Amino acid sequence: MLELRKDLFADERDDNLNVIGKGVQRQDMPGHVTARTRFFDDHAFDGMLHLKVVRSPHHHARIRSIDTSAAERAPGVKRVLRGADVPVNKNTLLSLINFGKDDEPSLAVSKVSYKGEPVIAILADSEAQALAARKLVRIDYDPLPAVFDVEETLKPGAPVVNETYPGNYFEYHERFDHQKLRFGDVERGFASADIVMEHRYQMSPIEHAPTETNGSIAAPEQNGRYVVHSCAQGLFFALGTTAKIVDVESNQLHFIGGTVGGGFGGKVDSLTEPLAVLGAMLTGRPVRFVLDREEEMLYGSPRGAERIYIKDGLMRDGRIVARHIRSYFDAGAYTRLSSYAAIKCTAHVPGPYWIPNVASDIYVSYTNRCPSTAMRGFGVTAVDFALEVQMDRLAEAASMDPMEFRILNAYRDGDMKPHRRAAKNTALVECVQVAAEKANWPLSEQAKRASSLIGGGAGERAQIPATQLDARGQIGRPDTRSGPVTQVLPAGTSRIAPSKQPVMEGARDGRATPTQVPRYEPQRPTAPPPPAYQPAPPPYQPASSYSPAPGHQPASPPPASPPPAAPAQTQHGAVRFSSVFGTRRR
Amino acid sequence: MAKLPIQFRLNGSDRATFVDPASNLLDTLRRGLGDFGPKYGCGQGTCGVCTVLVDGEPQLACLTLAVSCEGRQIETTSGMADGPNLHPLQDAFMDHFAAQCGFCTPGMLTAARALLAKNPQPSREEVVEAISGNICRCTGYEPIIAAILAAANAPGARRA
Amino acid sequence: MARHEGRGMASVNYPIGMNLGGDPSQALIHSNPDGKFTVALSAIDLGQGMKQVSRQIAAETLGVPIEDVYVDTADSDTGPHDMGSFASRGTHRMGNAIIVAAREARGVLLEAAAEELEVNAADLVTDGRGNIHVRGAPSRSITVKATAQAAQFKQGKTIAGRGIFLIPLSAVDAETGEMNPNTAFAHACLVADVAVDDETGEVEVLRMTSAYELGRVINPRMVEQQLVGGAWMGISHALYETPEPYYPNPEHGPRDFNEYLMPGPGDIAPYHVTVLERPAPDGPFGGKGPGEMCANPVLPAIANAVYNAVGVRVDELPITPEKILRGIKANGGAKPGPRRGGPVNWR
Repeated sequence: MLELRKDLFADERDDNLNVIGKGVQRQDMPGHVTARTRFFDDHAFDGMLHLKVVRSPHHHARIRSIDTSAAERAPGVKRVLRGADVPVNKNTLLSLINFGKDDEPSLAVSKVSYKGEPVIAILADSEAQALAARKLVRIDYDPLPAVFDVEETLKPGAPVVNETYPGNYFEYHERFDHQKLRFGDVERGFASADIVMEHRYQMSPIEHAPTETNGSIAAPEQNGRYVVHSCAQGLFFALGTTAKIVDVESNQLHFIGGTVGGGFGGKVDSLTEPLAVLGAMLTGRPVRFVLDREEEMLYGSPRGAERIYIKDGLMRDGRIVARHIRSYFDAGAYTRLSSYAAIKCTAHVPGPYWIPNVASDIYVSYTNRCPSTAMRGFGVTAVDFALEVQMDRLAEAASMDPMEFRILNAYRDGDMKPHRRAAKNTALVECVQVAAEKANWPLSEQAKRASSLIGGGAGERAQIPATQLDARGQIGRPDTRSGPVTQVLPAGTSRIAPSKQPVMEGARDGRATPTQVPRYEPQRPTAPPPPAYQPAPPPYQPASSYSPAPGHQPASPPPASPPPAAPAQTQHGAVRFSSVFGTRRR
Repeated sequence: MAKLPIQFRLNGSDRATFVDPASNLLDTLRRGLGDFGPKYGCGQGTCGVCTVLVDGEPQLACLTLAVSCEGRQIETTSGMADGPNLHPLQDAFMDHFAAQCGFCTPGMLTAARALLAKNPQPSREEVVEAISGNICRCTGYEPIIAAILAAANAPGARRA
Repeated sequence: MARHEGRGMASVNYPIGMNLGGDPSQALIHSNPDGKFTVALSAIDLGQGMKQVSRQIAAETLGVPIEDVYVDTADSDTGPHDMGSFASRGTHRMGNAIIVAAREARGVLLEAAAEELEVNAADLVTDGRGNIHVRGAPSRSITVKATAQAAQFKQGKTIAGRGIFLIPLSAVDAETGEMNPNTAFAHACLVADVAVDDETGEVEVLRMTSAYELGRVINPRMVEQQLVGGAWMGISHALYETPEPYYPNPEHGPRDFNEYLMPGPGDIAPYHVTVLERPAPDGPFGGKGPGEMCANPVLPAIANAVYNAVGVRVDELPITPEKILRGIKANGGAKPGPRRGGPVNWR
């Protein structure tokens, strides 16, 4: 049951809207209840082939030899694909935003790094024929030692899971084996605390288990194009990944999707589209590649496991004065998206609380299991579990009610977060108060009077403290995982330029204005050559501006010649990204 | 392998096709006859998204041999509405926002339809029992249970 | 041997959109000659309601009835680029892009109406029911349909708009972790009431009570869908799910729905949600995005409730009966904690 509390933050809202805020029916609901909604697999093609992959039975093994001759002769088999058939057989998903090195083949060539890794793809007239032929593929493996623990894998001498990252960790900034967060002096905080407490938490992998399994259908279209019915959670993400792997221009691919039978993060990885398109290109036939339930469950990339250590310094009055978090993301054998989750996790530390001294070390570890990927709450869910169980322990140690303890430590508007940006638009205090009231959980008068609007940003709460830096965890140097403080950054130091305003095309104040409709003008025979940079057309200046949409302030007049904001900043961002993470798109 | 001819009524129309002896009803409906209402979710009878009615009984189409349906009445969600008029269960699912991704919805509706045909005024426990073979990963089930209970009280809900 | 009731809570926040920005969304909107609008996107609806959220934001901004807006997604030939549906970014990023596009289309619409009515476009307002009229003078009006026909066949105007929304990409400092992460955060607090059987180790979630702050609620029925479904997933994550029950040992995992545990329709708990709205300054109409965070507070709240019930801390998910029984045994029996509050103030 849902109840709206319109009284809270009412002065920050204009509720005089027409359809926003109304519980009107979903556009897609009539299709759902009449079964007229079309998912990727609900499309018929004549002469469609079915693709099945042969997967590694080993967690880690060299491939000595592959013999597909019997499979190729099997009834109904039209084509057998190996790694050598894949035009660009190494990719990392986030190469589309220049983050990380290509580390994962579509079909394994010389070794397999997890049980279930695809090695061979078989295309046959029927699913049954593809499955039968799968049994005829002979692969000779030489098993290798495997590693499954996120901390064991970082130790010297551990089997190398992923040759692209020989230390079994994702490399951050071309410098460190983890992502750091440093804010203040946690060691001094622990030394000054009445109670210091450290605990270890762990989340096992979790399967997305959408009722619709991953899959796609690719078919030749006209003009050398291929249509792809896809369940991707990012249509252009999948299109870009596929175009790179099969080495075609993006406009040769026509992706259709947008109606997906559950995703939860499990349909970001383009698990099937590249091989389906490659199969369609090589056979000239429509190709359907759909995971069965067991493949989805075991090899459809889960939410990665995480191991988290939290150490806190607590005063008897309930204030937390220092927090250190050390966490290990289990990426499995390849990076996929784990590298990004660690960054997101770093920004999330120390949870929705204001703590004067905070540090974290977030590792992405490679292990010999199915690569993990995003899932609902990626980078945050497991750490929230750890943080909030730890908060329960801390409240008990301070002999405080858990709700009161949250309110005491909650971040408020204006508080400086450890990533050095002030909190705004906060509402944790109010959520605790309302939940307590509905649950009939008594709060003190003081806790009831607390507000996200009051007390934040006062004194040191708004300041960036003097911060201890270190060079621990240099790439290839596990011996440097501990070490002294190398430098103290003075209070107030900021090294990253503050965030720019979001770009909303059309106006600098973030609100769109209509642009001038271009009018036909006869070409002047003596026109000068166009300058290298074409300034944006002058903004639309009607005799007077149009009426604003309800709920919005009128747009302020745009400047006479706005800068080409969006392209310039996009370019800037891409350059910055590659420099931050030290890898250029390949 | 030689194909076998089969004939059955699908949503009130006579349909005939040829199938492999090992074909299941799900593939026959979807790929043979173009009824994409029943979905593939597991192929082993554990998720319920392929549920159809065979002579009024809910059956998992993925575990039903197509040849066993010779001469039977098959009903799917595609044929549930009476022309432009939705079945009371379909109306109730809409009113209760009982679908998100919509992939389990055809199977859920079919399971509910079979329940109400036999038991027009089910208890909450009976509704839970009736859909316990159908997995939904989005809704948390509560809106679906509420919709079925509401449809049971709606006029016309007994129409199978 | 007894059943012990316990109560636990957790409070969380959640970042909206790709953490470092750099994740653009585009939208295109155009009208047909009858004043019916199509929103062309490449956004993905995986059940969370992207199509309907887009539709409501477009209709509100255009100032036309919701029936006159249809969202067409996703086709890479017709829908412009969007990063995708993940990281709780759909409503925030795509919603903003749609607002930009819809405002541009609305500008042309009102220009065309102004020409027909021979008034200033700045003096025109829409009534949200398909009419455009002079502010304060509803009788001087023209329908959106007549305006669109005039624009197409008489004036030669394209009632269309395009929009992009992009938060520029942020760098991350290697030594301090300084960055410009998300610009909008949602908040929640959840109380879980459980009963733990000290003989079997089984946990029953009796009820849950929560408060969520989600910015502007675009559609309360769809927010309810997300929060109720997400809470179910939270219970499932807390107590049931994993493909590796002995992690990091990879063996003995489930392979299918026969073996992968999830709560069924008979295992769900009554749930009450209160929603607060503190609009995000840069969200569409202040909207944030509840899609991911709705499971997050459930996991620790249940863990804390189990501790309150029997005195066992389970620090490794999922909280299985085996782990609880081992904890009870190690403690020399169930150790119930203090009772917290009374019966809930709902239903």
